Amino acid sequence: MATAAAIARVTSRFEGAVGQAMTALPPKVKKFLTNIRKGENMELKSELNSEYRDRRKEAVKRVIANMTVGKDVSGLFADVLKCMQTDDLELKKLVYLYLMNYARTQPELVILAVNSFVKDADDPNPLIRALAVRTMGCLRAEKIVDYLMEPLRKTLKDNDPYVRKTAAICVAKMFDLKPQLTVDNGFVTMLQDLLSDANPMVVANAVAALREIQENPRNKDTVFVINGMILHKLLAALNECTEWGQIFILESLAEYVPRDITEIKTIMERVLPRLSHANASVVLGAVRVLLLSMDRLNGAEPELVTTVVRKLSPPLVSLLAATPEMTYVALRNIELVLQKRPDVLANEIKVFFCKYNDPQYVKMEKLDIMMRLTSDRNVDVVLHELKEYANEVDVEFVRKAIRAIGTCAIKIEAAAEPCVGTLLDLIRTRVSHVVQEAMVVVKDIFRKYPGRYEGIIPVLCEHLDVLDEEEARAALLWMVGEYADRIANASDLLQVFVDGFKDEHMTVQLQLLTATIKCFLRRPEAQPLVQQVLQLATASDLPDLRDRAFVYWRLLSSGASVAAVMGPCPPIEYEAAEQLSPALLAELTQNLGSLAAVWQKPVSTVSPAKALAGVRGAGGDDEDEDEDPVSTMGGGGSVSSPAAGTSTVSAAAVAQQEPVPNLLDLDFDLMAPLPPPSNSTSVGGSTAASPMPAAIPPPASLLDLLGSSPPMAVAAPNAGVGMNSLAGLSTSPILGASPSQGLSPASPTSAQPTKSVLLSKEQGNGLEILGAFTGGPPSNAAQPSWTLELVNHSAVPLADFAIQLNTNALGLAPAQPLASVMTAPIVPANGGRVAAVLPLTVGNAAMRSAGGAVTDQVQAAVKSSAGIVYFAGAVPVAWMAAAGVGAV
Amino acid sequence: MISAVFVFNYKGEVLISRLFRPDVRRSVADLFRIHVITAPQIRSPVTVLGNIAFFHIKHENVYIVAVSTHSNTNVPLAFEFCTNLVKLGEKYFGKFDEDAIKNNFVLIYEILDEILDFGLPQVSDYESLKLYVTTESVRSENAAAPGDASKVTIQATGATSWRRPDIKYRKNEVFIDVIEDVNLLMSTKGTVLNADVTGTVKVKAYLSGVPECKFGLNERLGEGAGAGAGGAGAPQSQYGAKRLVDIDDFQFHQCVKLGRFDPDRTISFIPPDGEFDLMKYRTTEGLTMPFMVHPVVTSISPTRLEYKVTVKAQFPQKYTATGVVIKIPTPPNTVTVQGLGAFAQGHGKAKYVASENCIVWKVPRIMGGAEMDLNAEAELAPSIDSNKKPWSRPPISMAFTVAMFTTSGLQVRFLKVFEKSGYQTVKWVRYHARAGNYQFRF
Repeated sequence: MATAAAIARVTSRFEGAVGQAMTALPPKVKKFLTNIRKGENMELKSELNSEYRDRRKEAVKRVIANMTVGKDVSGLFADVLKCMQTDDLELKKLVYLYLMNYARTQPELVILAVNSFVKDADDPNPLIRALAVRTMGCLRAEKIVDYLMEPLRKTLKDNDPYVRKTAAICVAKMFDLKPQLTVDNGFVTMLQDLLSDANPMVVANAVAALREIQENPRNKDTVFVINGMILHKLLAALNECTEWGQIFILESLAEYVPRDITEIKTIMERVLPRLSHANASVVLGAVRVLLLSMDRLNGAEPELVTTVVRKLSPPLVSLLAATPEMTYVALRNIELVLQKRPDVLANEIKVFFCKYNDPQYVKMEKLDIMMRLTSDRNVDVVLHELKEYANEVDVEFVRKAIRAIGTCAIKIEAAAEPCVGTLLDLIRTRVSHVVQEAMVVVKDIFRKYPGRYEGIIPVLCEHLDVLDEEEARAALLWMVGEYADRIANASDLLQVFVDGFKDEHMTVQLQLLTATIKCFLRRPEAQPLVQQVLQLATASDLPDLRDRAFVYWRLLSSGASVAAVMGPCPPIEYEAAEQLSPALLAELTQNLGSLAAVWQKPVSTVSPAKALAGVRGAGGDDEDEDEDPVSTMGGGGSVSSPAAGTSTVSAAAVAQQEPVPNLLDLDFDLMAPLPPPSNSTSVGGSTAASPMPAAIPPPASLLDLLGSSPPMAVAAPNAGVGMNSLAGLSTSPILGASPSQGLSPASPTSAQPTKSVLLSKEQGNGLEILGAFTGGPPSNAAQPSWTLELVNHSAVPLADFAIQLNTNALGLAPAQPLASVMTAPIVPANGGRVAAVLPLTVGNAAMRSAGGAVTDQVQAAVKSSAGIVYFAGAVPVAWMAAAGVGAV
Repeated sequence: MISAVFVFNYKGEVLISRLFRPDVRRSVADLFRIHVITAPQIRSPVTVLGNIAFFHIKHENVYIVAVSTHSNTNVPLAFEFCTNLVKLGEKYFGKFDEDAIKNNFVLIYEILDEILDFGLPQVSDYESLKLYVTTESVRSENAAAPGDASKVTIQATGATSWRRPDIKYRKNEVFIDVIEDVNLLMSTKGTVLNADVTGTVKVKAYLSGVPECKFGLNERLGEGAGAGAGGAGAPQSQYGAKRLVDIDDFQFHQCVKLGRFDPDRTISFIPPDGEFDLMKYRTTEGLTMPFMVHPVVTSISPTRLEYKVTVKAQFPQKYTATGVVIKIPTPPNTVTVQGLGAFAQGHGKAKYVASENCIVWKVPRIMGGAEMDLNAEAELAPSIDSNKKPWSRPPISMAFTVAMFTTSGLQVRFLKVFEKSGYQTVKWVRYHARAGNYQFRF
């Protein structure tokens, strides 16, 4: 018979596996878990069939124990099943536990159990009724579903709330197994009816089950809608149900969009007391609802908002007194709250001071929050605290603390002086990792406040021998190069590095190359050094290094004004460690407390529901240890190190989310992708006489270029990575000289070029300019023109427009004044947007070759009633190529 | 929600494994073992591997792990759940460690089944669970008969799930313990970096029927009143020296009616039977630190370090501190510590504990206002590497208990018990100030 055959099959499998199981077993286990010997299953089998109840119970316990340690006891299915018919609730629960584990492997045998389940669902004891329904839902054998219908229908209408609340969840279980069947049989509707149940816990479970169904990827309908009546019901239940029920309700309230302000206020009033709950997840759930409600108030009821913000602070601080794990979760969420409402914990910075015995992960998070809360009022205390941390043992924490000192200096100008002092003290300790990190940080401070602290460079140089990490060495080199004119022995220092050139890391080699050239420009006596470095670098196998060396070499030999190229680096600005983009922040606050919020990644990246469905589809049995769909993805990295900074976060998704901060973050390490440095460097050489100050294209335009036109996409990264501080210099001649770069000269970009932002509203005092070159190329018959779009973000209308173009490579000039194409003033109302097509003429050749450096940038000045603004735009590569400029 | 719950021992062996949803398999336990337990350092209590998230807490010698696959999983809920499981275990069988788990695994499965259904946490407070989750260790008579069972379920899902209506005591008593954990962090310069008190009000209620209780503290009413309290201070002082305490934050037990606390600050509740934490509070204002430590540690030579530590008891003379332990860290290369023998009468004993790298100074009793000194000299082994990182000087930490004293000055004003039979209640109140994180940098 089927049963006997199954048992025989399993038994034989078991015999084979025994040897394996023996070795895999832990050495010291309890009496249930020991005594593993051949034929234990046979022994258990006879025990299970014993006539004494106690022995049967004991045997079932042993079966469960074996199951826990992962041994296969499915062979005893039929025997365990026999024990199900009992009055002993405890034994019954044990048998059910066994059934839930093996039901999927033995569907044909589960049918035997159905009868007793159905009988139990009618038991006078509500506990047994609930137990039966709960267990049946967990069996997950499709055959059983048909038998589940009737008991479920009955229990959903049971008199006992305990049974009803269990049945509510059973509907979600059934939906997971057979969605269509569940809907067709009206269970979802019955569940919706339970929302108006008299018992708060039934309501809470109905909410949980409906949300569960709603989120099921196989669900197509909206099953959970809150209306005024249900909202009232939920708010009432919120007061009375268990802590977990409160969480379910708070979650659904967070997703509910109230109809009017009165409703928002009611919700806030009812949720506010939850902040005093002992359960941290209730508190965070309440915080989430309150934050969202305040957003939804949209500026109305400012008094209420102030009160609520004030009340948010104490419970958030109290969360920090919980277990370290909970503290960690709280800190991750507080970070989001702070980004949303920076005023919440403004006076509480001291509670985030690290305790000596906090776990590392808590300390790291606390440091991040401290940095967010640092202001000129508390920076002294913070600095003192950070210095204390820098003396601790944990290397990673110490490094982060030192970086934080740098952040303080860059964020608060008044603190720069003491910060530099502290860093010097730290460098003097000569503890390797402290010195390395401090060096990098000092470099950042130098960049922020150029020409202020170079007096400390000699001290830094004294510790050259301690530096063995590439970033620290590169940082020191940068400082030496930048301030070569003020360091007496700059050449000697560089010589030390040049001597060991081949052993250096690429970062250091690149930096050494640049530093040597800078040094040469300021101290011509360093020429032999330059030659040495250029020779070493051009012989390198590293393309980036080699190419950059060639560029310098060419520049130097062409007699072009390299000095202008090597101008001072633009100062860096403060960026809060991990400022999330507004969109992501909004998404995460919406999901405060969720895994996505703790991980600070978009909800979609944390766990795609599709992958989930895939795992489900694979279906197999639980005991199938060898094929494991998850372990292949195991490398996915742990949440562990979100603190390590965005630059280490690999996901390109993040880069898309927050392009600008990311670029800026990176430049802390390597000064590569700067916010494009000012064009003044390149243009300054050619058009020094021009009265027009250099315009800085906003970073966004660079990114737009990356995205829009393919040829530029090739050129731009080169400018960014390969040429570093040359970014401002024209890239075209070099690229033109080496067609092997794979640049097709006149690729027809597109008929409808996308307009890029040429001038952001911040730079233009409220005037935003977008633009693209259209028509052309200039040598063709088509009329070249510059399509501009001017957006007025200011409060006043703008009028009287005029434009002037700076001398440029193509000799482009406006064919008619801007006023002729833009007659009407731009009124700020309804967006204040005006598009204009400015026809262009191409100048003569003499004008073209006026400058030494050739660039694709066209600089322009626009005068309006609000004043003069400057900006620049890049001419399409096709134009350059067609004009033959690229081949100069 | 929670897809599975595992309990591992430190070696990574599975002690408890229970899957609640079909989206994970038992084999994810191996993932956790490989990536977390055997990893050299735990980087975070939240571990995401592929599309599976593990939330773990460590307790005694076990890991309690909740597993989930949903991106919108409520993380605090997962951790609260794990903590709750530990608490339940402790109430059922005393300790939640490896041995206890192995001895009670059947019970743990039973509890898990009851408190988590399809990954959604259900009734989980001990008071109601103990009515229907029963074992050898805790026997309850009213679980058996079906008639009683419905009472049980009604109660478990009712508004006061934590209390049976038919409790009877011959003598109605309430014991209140106010326990304050004092946290202090002093800087090297002797300034207070952080000082706060986390207090717990523990109540043992042995009351008949379904009593409604009201509880009052000498707390300044409402945050709104806080601003005007300066003016209101004068008239209050005429009622004797009744000091009012500013409380930063409250957290209440499930039984406290939060809806009533928010508008008029009354703490009213129907207590569970037996022991429970009525409330927790936190305060930072007006604290009297029970002890001050003034350490002077000077390096006389590269191999000698001189310690002069003064401890002063700042609480009033009528109180006594017990179990005072002061741990003074010494550098890891300490060979011996000299001068610990000579102590004045009643100044306790101190010895150098090499395994902890510190001098442990124990004083059984200290009267309020007393002052004590410790003078010692640590002899260090000469270090070979002169470039070695200087000693990081971990803070001096302290442990103590002061009976009948509260750092915050908090006092219980009243506890009123209303029950329809109108019985008399005997009430007892005790106060303790304990050291929480009590640290001095030097």
